[in-house]
Amino acid sequence: MTPVATTFHGARPGHRRTTSESPAVRRLLIGVAMAFLCLFLFLPLIFVFVQALVKGLGFYLHTITDPLALSAIKLTFIAAAIAVPLNCVFGVCAAWAIAKFDFRGKNILLTLIDLPFSVSPVISGLIYVLVFGAQGWYGLYRNADNPTFPWLANWLNDHNVNIIFALPGIVLATIFVTFPFVARELIPLMQAQGRAEEEAARVLGASGWQTFARVTLPNIKWGLLYGVILCNARAMGEFGAVSVVSGKIQGRTNTIPLHIEALYDNYNFAGAFAVASLLALLALVTLGLKTWVEYKNAALNQDESKA
Amino acid sequence: MALNTKRRKKIRVLPGFKLTLGFTLFYLGLIVLIPLSAVFWKTSSLTWQDFWHTVTMPTAMASYRLTFGASFLAALINAFFGFIVAWILVRYDFFGKKLVDALVDLPFALPTAVAGITLASLYSKNGWLGHCLEPLGIKVANTQLGVFVALTFIGLPFIVRTVQPILDDLDPELEEAAASLGANRWQVFWRVIFPMLTPALLTGFAMAFARALGEYGSVIFIAGNIPLKTQITPVVIMGELDMFDYAKATAIAVVMLVVSFVLLLGVNVLQWWTNRHNTTNLA
Repeated sequence: MTPVATTFHGARPGHRRTTSESPAVRRLLIGVAMAFLCLFLFLPLIFVFVQALVKGLGFYLHTITDPLALSAIKLTFIAAAIAVPLNCVFGVCAAWAIAKFDFRGKNILLTLIDLPFSVSPVISGLIYVLVFGAQGWYGLYRNADNPTFPWLANWLNDHNVNIIFALPGIVLATIFVTFPFVARELIPLMQAQGRAEEEAARVLGASGWQTFARVTLPNIKWGLLYGVILCNARAMGEFGAVSVVSGKIQGRTNTIPLHIEALYDNYNFAGAFAVASLLALLALVTLGLKTWVEYKNAALNQDESKA
Repeated sequence: MALNTKRRKKIRVLPGFKLTLGFTLFYLGLIVLIPLSAVFWKTSSLTWQDFWHTVTMPTAMASYRLTFGASFLAALINAFFGFIVAWILVRYDFFGKKLVDALVDLPFALPTAVAGITLASLYSKNGWLGHCLEPLGIKVANTQLGVFVALTFIGLPFIVRTVQPILDDLDPELEEAAASLGANRWQVFWRVIFPMLTPALLTGFAMAFARALGEYGSVIFIAGNIPLKTQITPVVIMGELDMFDYAKATAIAVVMLVVSFVLLLGVNVLQWWTNRHNTTNLA
């Protein structure tokens, strides 16, 4: 795949030739960039799939249909199926409030929404252990001598409702690490679109819900889809935060990334890469969908500017 | 009075302000703010001396040095190569450009555990790259260099994606003007183009740096996690958690959180600067 430099901005040959580099410099820059990308991007990507199939297709299929692998896949899907819709509803609500209304403290709210991105995954897990662990608020409440709402403490103890080292903890950690994705896509988009269309719909007699469903939603659907895709990829692939809260019980609280770690730590490298290839495929599908949505969105914008 | 009614009317045209803002604040509080406050609640159970003793213990100090040093170097390398990648993606046409453009985001989309085992195997003694580098005396797996390699991988898209749109929007007339006034290509780049891209480059650098500081999954497999040598700070926190020493783990987490928040503030200021820079360019 030798990259060949052609004229700068092919559509307008010669237009900016006085402000472009000599062919030698161009080739050098493309060569340096491609070498860097090959070393850090393409090689690892190819390596995953080669290693996954190194022991043959039979071993590959056997590893990914192993009961432990299947239970990890199921758990990962459940966690994502709860976390992604919740963050989606939150993202739409936050974007509606922030983009369509003026209020004080908007910038602080925007910064707080971004907060989970700047917290290390390990700390994201830690905070839920501190709240819901045996020594945390939840544990102290369940073991208190005179808890407020004794019926609730009794019910929790009778049914042994565990949050840490169980499904709820995994879901909470997943929600936390994917918290800003949808909101972050929608807020700038809805701010740029303004409120005139919705106001017109209201004045013409549409109800609030009709306004949202028929005016806002069609305008934001690509942005929403984009956010959901990124949110889902992170939800299914989260490792650090989930590994703190899951307890890593094989077949019960292991998600796909944790199952990969378990296989790798047992020196079953081909097995680890076989399961990893599923997540690598998910990453490629995510990138493909993302590119497609970006393309659709660009086409939509072009149509609008023409009209 | 007149202003007051006007404002009231504005709110009334579109419904759902109280509902959506209410839900936003409730969800934010429940998922993010209350759990995060638990960190500070837990730390307050330590005396100041205990806290200081924990956050300055030798394993923690060594991990800060490694985490900050490797993150800084990785962000620096990414700033250099990421800038070139952004440049060729915006300015040149070459075979496979669209594919490369889409794949730049791979480190965002690829789960960190997958990246971790892949890099660890690639650079291990028998790996594709490891068996070429080992005879040269370069060891990557289980060394500090391995931490740097993993952090470079995960930080790669940040610089490209912050510089790319700004470079795309640059007005060609500025370059033409500089060229017509007799500047050579290097002078145009260094005196005209580069200063306009500096805020974006710094933003990308800060984002890559911040992401690298907290990174866990892609590092632990390649680093080997040898105390005082290749343990990054999140691994030290994880070690304390595995021993159920929550107070110690939390104390070190507070140090990391404070640094991250300061960086987040810095990124916001940089972004504000970038935006202002661009609006003045347009005007």
